[in-house]
Amino acid sequence: MQLLLQQIMAGLANGAIYAGMALAVVMIFLAIDHLNFAQGEMATFSTFVAWQLLAWGFPYWIAFVLVVMLSFVGGIAIERILFKPLHKASILSQLVAFIALFSILNSGDGYIWDYTIKTFPTPFGTRPLFGSVLIDTHEAGMIGVTLVVLLLIYGFFRGTRLGLAMRAAAQNPESARLVGIRVGWMTALGWGLAAAIGAVGGMLIAPVVFLEPNMMFGVLLYGFAGAVLGGLTSPGGAVIGGFAVGIIENLAGTFVPYIGRDLKLTIALIVIVAVLMVRPAGIFGRMTVSRV
Amino acid sequence: MTTPQQETVPFGAAAASGARRPTWPQTRHWVLAAALAVAIAAPFFFHGFVIFQLTEVMIYGLAILGLNLLTGFNGQFSVGHGAFYGLGAYVTAIMMQRWGIAYYWTLPAAGGVCFVVGVLVGLPALRLQGLYLALVTFAAAVALPQLLKFHGFEGWTGGVQGIVVDQPDVPGFLPISADQWLYFFTLGVMLLMFAGASNLIRSRTGRAIMAIRDHPIAAAAMGINAPVYKTLTFGVSALYTGVAGALGALAVQFVAPDSFTLFLSISFLVGLIIGGMGSLPGCLFGGLFVLYVPNIAESVSRGLAGAVYGVIMLLVIFAMPSGAAGFVRHAAGYLSRWRNPPPEPAGQNLAAPQNAYIGQQQAAGFAVRQPPGIVEEQALRITAQEALTTAKQERSRKPK
Amino acid sequence: MKHPTRRRILAAAPTVLALGGPLFIARPARAAKNYGPGVTDSEIKIGNTGPYSGPASSYSSVPKSEVAYWKMINDQGGINGRKINYISYDDAYTPPKTVEMVRKLVEQDHVLLVASTLGTPTSSAVWHYLNQHQVPQLFVASGATKWDDPKGHPWTIGWQPNYQSEGRIYAAYALKEKPDGKIGILYQDDDFGKDYLKGLTDGLGSKAAAMLKVKASYETTDATVDSQVISMKAAGCDVFVNTAIPKFAAQAIKKAAEIAWKPLHILSSIGSSVGATLKPAGFDNSEGIISDFYLKDPTDPRWQNDAGYKWWVAFMNKYLPGADQTDGGYVAGSMLAATLAQVLKQCGDDLTRENVMKQAASLHNFTVPMLLPGITINTSPTDFAPIKQVQMARFNSGRWQLFGPLLTGAVG
Repeated sequence: MQLLLQQIMAGLANGAIYAGMALAVVMIFLAIDHLNFAQGEMATFSTFVAWQLLAWGFPYWIAFVLVVMLSFVGGIAIERILFKPLHKASILSQLVAFIALFSILNSGDGYIWDYTIKTFPTPFGTRPLFGSVLIDTHEAGMIGVTLVVLLLIYGFFRGTRLGLAMRAAAQNPESARLVGIRVGWMTALGWGLAAAIGAVGGMLIAPVVFLEPNMMFGVLLYGFAGAVLGGLTSPGGAVIGGFAVGIIENLAGTFVPYIGRDLKLTIALIVIVAVLMVRPAGIFGRMTVSRV
Repeated sequence: MTTPQQETVPFGAAAASGARRPTWPQTRHWVLAAALAVAIAAPFFFHGFVIFQLTEVMIYGLAILGLNLLTGFNGQFSVGHGAFYGLGAYVTAIMMQRWGIAYYWTLPAAGGVCFVVGVLVGLPALRLQGLYLALVTFAAAVALPQLLKFHGFEGWTGGVQGIVVDQPDVPGFLPISADQWLYFFTLGVMLLMFAGASNLIRSRTGRAIMAIRDHPIAAAAMGINAPVYKTLTFGVSALYTGVAGALGALAVQFVAPDSFTLFLSISFLVGLIIGGMGSLPGCLFGGLFVLYVPNIAESVSRGLAGAVYGVIMLLVIFAMPSGAAGFVRHAAGYLSRWRNPPPEPAGQNLAAPQNAYIGQQQAAGFAVRQPPGIVEEQALRITAQEALTTAKQERSRKPK
Repeated sequence: MKHPTRRRILAAAPTVLALGGPLFIARPARAAKNYGPGVTDSEIKIGNTGPYSGPASSYSSVPKSEVAYWKMINDQGGINGRKINYISYDDAYTPPKTVEMVRKLVEQDHVLLVASTLGTPTSSAVWHYLNQHQVPQLFVASGATKWDDPKGHPWTIGWQPNYQSEGRIYAAYALKEKPDGKIGILYQDDDFGKDYLKGLTDGLGSKAAAMLKVKASYETTDATVDSQVISMKAAGCDVFVNTAIPKFAAQAIKKAAEIAWKPLHILSSIGSSVGATLKPAGFDNSEGIISDFYLKDPTDPRWQNDAGYKWWVAFMNKYLPGADQTDGGYVAGSMLAATLAQVLKQCGDDLTRENVMKQAASLHNFTVPMLLPGITINTSPTDFAPIKQVQMARFNSGRWQLFGPLLTGAVG
């Protein structure tokens, strides 16, 4: 029982990592209707910038806020410079741009900051939470921050005009343009927000997995799995999906005999496939109906 | 309203019946013949390593052709074709090293196994559209190395150690090296399979496949059995990439789980897009790009090789958004127009009923993509964009 | 002076030959210049591949320090008057790329030998090719046991103590310290990880089934190894053999401390770098960890006045300024190159591939500056494992403290 509980908690902690990434993924999806394969690398780059600021002596929270703002601007810049010229091209040409971005950021990280793993501080400390060895304060903090960001996003999309405009621009650019929404800037805004969320996620993940250029590679797959499981159109669903994937991965690895440990990635795959077979929009996603 | 049956009027007859004989196919045939001559002569001018690289270009081109059949011609995304490549490679390695079967029999076997697996994958893929299919194939590509290392299969796959494959022997009577023999063998297989693909595209099946890509609902309404075609396309696509993988195993002479990671699948996709979707020669260009550009990037700057590679990819995709083949097509189009300006405005001189059908579809607002490889009549200069604009103008003029 | 026409030269030839003949014939046989491919009077070409990019790029410090070492040698005049042209390509840790790059080195760049290919799967991919083409594959930068195979692969020779021998050493230590203990091993799910597992299992012998309770593997794509560590504690393990690479080794150390699990923690040499593993993991959490060493740890203050260490620091400061001197990869790379330098010196002017191999198999009690005192490099025609000895160390108060005698876990 103890083992089960511990694995579930460890799964939740891992799941918080995946959930943060899944949230950024969904954010981009809501803004541009595609998946951004370079999401992880953007988050890693932001975290490296934060690390550099900390190394130069900036206090943690100043560096944190600065990096979030810089990432926001950076995301907008990437969209305007890289993807605006390509938005008439086919989706696969844009895919090449994503891959190129991934490559550039990954290589740049390693060149500037080296490949040795680095520690990244956590504002929450790493003491056991309430004295329990099941979860520590940082992991709890991660879960907390993820939920707060989720609430902010929810409020933004549902409660503000700007959020509504963004959703409209993503779902039906032509009609949105006709009612006066500047679709190009909505897309850029979406990118900026996704980059900012990714930066927050990266800065929370780094203390656990250690900062290095390939930090996000494995996380990205599980993040996608979580986003798909929860529904690509639902931020809340993505977060729940991320947690679920974390728990499933841990429990399957521990308790499924013979294959569990060695085939964890396959299990992620099976999760994705199973969800998509049974309910393609994810558990909380919205089934889209399109006119033919 | 022309009926779809008129689509079957042979194109050549239409050309002969009245329109000016197009200059395009002649040039094309010359170019092909020249390329073939160069390809056959090449191994005698270069030494072993360059021959090895050229063989790899052809192998990658073949793998990309497989992906092209699925994504370019049928519109189903796959970010996991590296898995089929790896599967084909392992089939060859296991058959040759564990069961002692000669290398030429392993190719059909690899193709067959991959066809079956492709169909099996294609069945659930029917329920997935675009992005979701990409995700599933992405996950499959990431999970494959782990599956290959699985200790339950170790007896067959050699686990993490991989399997060393013997280089095919030159048939006794030929005075060429093993590298050259493998080059010619690969060239032969590649030509055969490209010819097969070309035939497939030009046939009714090919048109059905493309119709499913362009407008699945209309295709289904016209009686095309989409699920069957889509599944079979998946199988054929896997077959092509699997055979490429088998040849790859013979060329590299080693298979190991780490040889078939996600990076390979992504390389195929990049090669496809850069070469030009829906274009057969584009696949070879894509293969060239995938093999040589990383090396070029490394020679520019070792520490930043990945960044340089990314920048080159961006430059290429900005300059040629529809890939190299699209670029060539546009350039050839400009060249033709410059030499022979169109005599009358588009839409009026329609030499063949097929063109009329396409024209009417475009005017009605369907963006009909020209099947690639079919010659464009000089008289027909409508681009889909122009037709769409016309259609939009007509629609907006209608009272709401 | 009459213009020398061809007819005149031809006419003069017999006279010249007759007069100069003795000069050609009676030359003493000592400095017989014998060159293999890639060698001239002024240059030797050597090939190398390493992971400058990709998932294993944290090991790029190894080939980088090799390149720097050869630059230093060239600045000092080269070896026997020849400069070394060390051609190092990136293979991104993918075997097909290694094959391509090595073929390029052999068939296009015409190198004399291939040195220190890094990684087990990558070096395995070119193992047969190099042996088939009789190109020396010297001092492979991987601890896989299979490089020590003079009969089957006479052109390949390893360098560091191989993983199976290390596994055996860990088994022996565990048997000594905790004869009734329960062991959990964390290993990477590939060639080198399984090599460790085999060594450990073999070393435990008949007690393996009883003692080896948890065999937990991980993939480099995993986010954390927390789950594996938790399983070990739950299974009641009190010995933890941690053979993970620095990132995951550090995670494991941290997690063990977090869940208040204090086993006998044995860390392999892969993950024992202070800068790469223990500092991120936290010195407090790493208290009491055991590992084995064959190279000097650059962060150990005891080497401050050691001649070898001082040489290395000067080398790093001059040829790799700004590099992270706590990264053990720079030690390994420069020492790999130093070993090769000795082989080339021993070759003299007989620089054929056969002689290179012969000299590589004739190293006797050779040391390089950063080997632990007492450890020597020895090879012979039947022994292709140059370094076999290690010394155990314990991590106390922020530094590794060596203890005990030199051990060898040579695979029988």
